[in-house]
Amino acid sequence: MKTLWNNYRYLFLRRLTQIGLLFLYFGANAWGWTIIQGNLSSSLIFGTIPMSDPYAALQMLFAGAMMATNLLIGVAIATAFYFIIGGRAFCSWVCPINMVTDAASFTRDLIGMNKLTGVKQPASRNIRYWMLALSLILSAVMGVTAFEFISPISMVHRGLVFGIGFGWAAVVIIFLFDLFVLKNGWCGHICPLGGFYSILGKFSLIRVKHTEENCTLCMKCKVVCPENQVLYMIGKESLPVLSGECTNCARCIEVCDDDALNFSIRSMAQNKKTGE
Amino acid sequence: MSENIPEKKKKSALTDRRKFILNMARGVGIASISGFVWSAFVDEVTASQLLLRPPGALKEEDFLKTCIKCGLCVEACPYDTLVLAKPGDHKPLGTPFFTPREVPCYMCPDIPCVPICPTGALDTQSVSNDDGQLDINIADMGLAVVDEDSCIAFWGIQCDACYRACPILGQAITIEYQKNERTGKHAFMKPIVHADACTGCGMCERACVTEKPAIYILPREVAQGKAGDYYIKGWDKDDEKRLENAHEIKTTTEISKQSASDKLNGDLLEDLY
Repeated sequence: MKTLWNNYRYLFLRRLTQIGLLFLYFGANAWGWTIIQGNLSSSLIFGTIPMSDPYAALQMLFAGAMMATNLLIGVAIATAFYFIIGGRAFCSWVCPINMVTDAASFTRDLIGMNKLTGVKQPASRNIRYWMLALSLILSAVMGVTAFEFISPISMVHRGLVFGIGFGWAAVVIIFLFDLFVLKNGWCGHICPLGGFYSILGKFSLIRVKHTEENCTLCMKCKVVCPENQVLYMIGKESLPVLSGECTNCARCIEVCDDDALNFSIRSMAQNKKTGE
Repeated sequence: MSENIPEKKKKSALTDRRKFILNMARGVGIASISGFVWSAFVDEVTASQLLLRPPGALKEEDFLKTCIKCGLCVEACPYDTLVLAKPGDHKPLGTPFFTPREVPCYMCPDIPCVPICPTGALDTQSVSNDDGQLDINIADMGLAVVDEDSCIAFWGIQCDACYRACPILGQAITIEYQKNERTGKHAFMKPIVHADACTGCGMCERACVTEKPAIYILPREVAQGKAGDYYIKGWDKDDEKRLENAHEIKTTTEISKQSASDKLNGDLLEDLY
């Protein structure tokens, strides 16, 4: 039991926040709870504190919308949280699609798809930044928030809170895409929201830190990591994971049996390095 | 021999510069594909005209850029009037709308759906009167339209369901009495909608007794025509001011240069077909 907790503690906590948030949002619409109302695009916490998706607001800006004060406050709160503290934690701790793509990744491993397709991935992880740029260009040209009208994230989240319609198809598409077309395809390659948070969270404080002396080169972390390019330093150098593409999902910390990976605070991690 | 090797290498492998250019070209190419598919999709899903928005909504064009699709208005609505468009509704995805025949807007005096909007897509200003007080009676969600052919009051059957249901009864809908010549002793009680007072709440559409409502709400732009600045109510001082906006239009008709008899003796059918 203890090892089970030890090996899945962060995964458990992540599912708890993901499902818990969904439940609170759902309760707000269904039973009038006021803990957190709205959805991931824009919320109202305890009926007073606004919190808004900064990427959606950026698209609005490009589309030429008037920016209301409440929206700007909400954006500032969300931006400050991910910029200073969380990094790209939205993707692994909040986003409901993460559960879908994790399930696809798990199934992919289970049925041996990875052996069939090999390690080499046929697509670049930079597609998301192209998508990000494209979404802003399209927003400006068409005068609507381009990604918000196709986003499977808001489609699914909104659907779970307000009624899903054919939105379940988005879940199936992403699951099948990640399972059969591209490993970590949606979250790790395409999603412009992930790309946005990769840039926004680049300088955040919470970082995974590698201690090379403890590493036995088992490479379990690299296998389990959905963005394993960020773990380039494993077994080579004691460094914090500084890439913004790390989602702080902490799967690497859990699977490491040698205490070679842990959470750390950015400045301390760097001080240690310069101190050496 | 040693000179040949780098040359061979040069032929088979790409230079860094070429690699970069090719990669950029690939990126731009793929981005163009996705851009076209993406914009076509967005264009389709945002092209719904017959859509009734919550009170205080901005013009549709501005509404689509400003609404963040958070559903706070939907949660604030005490009657479950407002819903967010789901995939399959064939409406701009995630945006709020209502279907009066199912649940009309009950015109709450405190308009809870509007002030909660974080982005101003529902504009408090537009539903506030001159004193800055919320006033649902100036909301403009749409306009009721009567289909006189299917409205049983126009047949001569007594029905004033829509008139009774109207929250601004007597202003937005009035009843016009007219003698029924067919029977000679009855009256038509015709419901007349007044566009300046109607908010488009849809209570009348909800109340209408016919199988498919004979009075229904359309977005104002769809329901109304526009006379333009060339037709003026000369008996109305205020209306006459619109003349200032009118500007001259010159039209010229091309006159045939042939003489009349030539024209008549020519192939007239050619002109007709």
